[in-house]
Amino acid sequence: MSILIDENTRVLVQGFTGDKGTFHAKEMIDYGTKVVGGVTPGKGGMTHLGLPVFNTVKEAVTQTGATTSITFVPPAFCMDSIMEAADAGIRLVCSITDGIPAQDMMRVKRYLRRYPKERRTLMVGPNCAGIISAGKAMLGIMPGHIYQRGTVGIVSRSGTLGYEAASQLKALGLGVTTSVGIGGDPINGSSFLDHLVLFEQDDETKAVLMIGEIGGPQEAEAAKWVKENMSKPVVGYVAGLTAPKGRRMGHAGAIISATGDSAAEKSEIMKNYGLTVAPSASELGSCVAEVLKKKTSRKVS
Amino acid sequence: MDIHEYQAKELLSNFGVAIPRGAVAYSPDQAVYSATELGGWHWAVKAQIHSGARGKAGGIKLCKTYREVHDAAKELLGKKLVTNQTGAEGKIVQKLYIELAEPFEREIYLGFVLDRKIERIRVIASAQGGMEIEEIAKTSPNAIRQEIVEPAVGLQGFQARELAFGLGLNIKQVARAVKTMMGAYRAFRDLDATMVEINPLVVTKDDRVLALDAKMSFDDNALFRHPNVAEMRDPAQEDPREVQAAEHNLSYIGLEGEIGCVINGAGLAMATMDTIKYAGGTPANFLDVGGGASPERIAAALQLVLTDRNVRAILVNIFAGINRCDWVAKGIVQAYHDVNIKVPFVVRLAGTHVDEGRKILRESKLPLIVAETLLEAAQKVVAAAKSFKPLPA
Repeated sequence: MSILIDENTRVLVQGFTGDKGTFHAKEMIDYGTKVVGGVTPGKGGMTHLGLPVFNTVKEAVTQTGATTSITFVPPAFCMDSIMEAADAGIRLVCSITDGIPAQDMMRVKRYLRRYPKERRTLMVGPNCAGIISAGKAMLGIMPGHIYQRGTVGIVSRSGTLGYEAASQLKALGLGVTTSVGIGGDPINGSSFLDHLVLFEQDDETKAVLMIGEIGGPQEAEAAKWVKENMSKPVVGYVAGLTAPKGRRMGHAGAIISATGDSAAEKSEIMKNYGLTVAPSASELGSCVAEVLKKKTSRKVS
Repeated sequence: MDIHEYQAKELLSNFGVAIPRGAVAYSPDQAVYSATELGGWHWAVKAQIHSGARGKAGGIKLCKTYREVHDAAKELLGKKLVTNQTGAEGKIVQKLYIELAEPFEREIYLGFVLDRKIERIRVIASAQGGMEIEEIAKTSPNAIRQEIVEPAVGLQGFQARELAFGLGLNIKQVARAVKTMMGAYRAFRDLDATMVEINPLVVTKDDRVLALDAKMSFDDNALFRHPNVAEMRDPAQEDPREVQAAEHNLSYIGLEGEIGCVINGAGLAMATMDTIKYAGGTPANFLDVGGGASPERIAAALQLVLTDRNVRAILVNIFAGINRCDWVAKGIVQAYHDVNIKVPFVVRLAGTHVDEGRKILRESKLPLIVAETLLEAAQKVVAAAKSFKPLPA
């Protein structure tokens, strides 16, 4: 098992014929992902990478039975492409795009709520590395070979720090069920919490590694949920101990602007909710290994 | 992106927010001329820097004569103002705003923020204007009134009325305060702001409601669709190294430490800095070279890091995902030749084709210290920085 995607997930690529869309679609297909086609308005009817191109997502869904999409659409048009996917009945949209205006994301999230829960779209990203279910399917831009099949779930705001974690695990002989990058923007399509819920339900996932950063309330909210609902051990880490207040550390969302935003405060909150907190980024893998060795499942309070 | 008070007022007034009359001045003579043009008997001479709390730092002078306006302008122009928001280095005053000063009865706080927790715009008002909102929140949290805006329909009249009546305004003042709130909200929404703060919003004896000060911050990601706002950027108010970094599409933040960092990815960059601290050192900067990590970008990044004279060692940490380590290694070797590097240089590569990458570094015969893990890299760079003795200049 894995969460979100597997080898049978039928994937559409939005922004299929662009440079980035083309490059990463190839990588995804090589990894074994079932890419069934793409969407580029105005290029419908073409064949690209041996797959059909459609003008609209609706048309693509009808013709291919796709349930999932990934967007490589420039920031100015990305809001539109996500809403189009949601309206066409796509259940999971992953947006790699970096630079979407925050108010666009605010509107996207409001828009997604207009559909009933049973058919509502889950969005991952934007400004993220995507999702990979090791050995099964890749919906993103990560180097697939660093993810070995195994029992650890990873959910991370940062792309490269998520890679670091996966390769530390691999070096210790540990593998990954699914790794999700939720992205570095202030408003994400989905949060740590959304994915922890899925990992908790996934039989194959034995432990979860949650990698946060400074800024925003998400890590604290997720940690609270872990304490109250999660039976599997969770290892936490928050990057940005050395970050000064009020400065944006690369990611639009990585800024300490309110109480509880700093790495020290978030790490403390995680500890208080019973998570194992990795003391440094070089111990992400070893902390997970230790937690797995203990094998005792968490007591749900 | 932040803008100046006078720019924020100009934008807000386009959306119907009433402001006192004022004009920008670049010299004492211009300041006096503006005061004569504005008319009246009292003027505020206000330093234009990107910071709040200017009053406390002596950046705002109330003047009763043209002579006083002249002297205030002379004193402020070119002066370095240090407020509790600028940091110790302060900001240089290059422009003034001369404003007609009128007596007022009350000061109100009005703020709009994009609240990431609720993923909506939050409107905050308080009867205790003039103070910083953090202070009000601490001392009298009950004085703060808030409304949350539903994105599908925007701020509604009843919400603004509830806030205005809640502030204890009379009916004439309420109508004007509502107009101000609706206008400021539209400016926030239409211009992709992330923060609008009118503090204080003042009420005059004749029931007018005026924005006496205004601050706006904008979403950098949305500037592409607001060229008129993007034009308002004042690079003189920003760290020159950050401006230089932005020209190369690098993300750089200068800090106080001694270890220069060049890393790809914001999260990995922060984690590497934390690991440096864990190993006993302090980072000199945050620098994200982004996904590409081409030789040109790495060279530009190294040059930027080396403009900081406190740097006693450099750590390059690249996790090559889509690009390959051998390619990144070639870039580092080339950049090392292009940039005059006199401090110890630690490189840690990881990811695709890492063995080939390390081989290129080893065979380059350059004095590079190669590390395999993140912790090893941090320990090596901290040790190198400690033992480094710079040549006398």
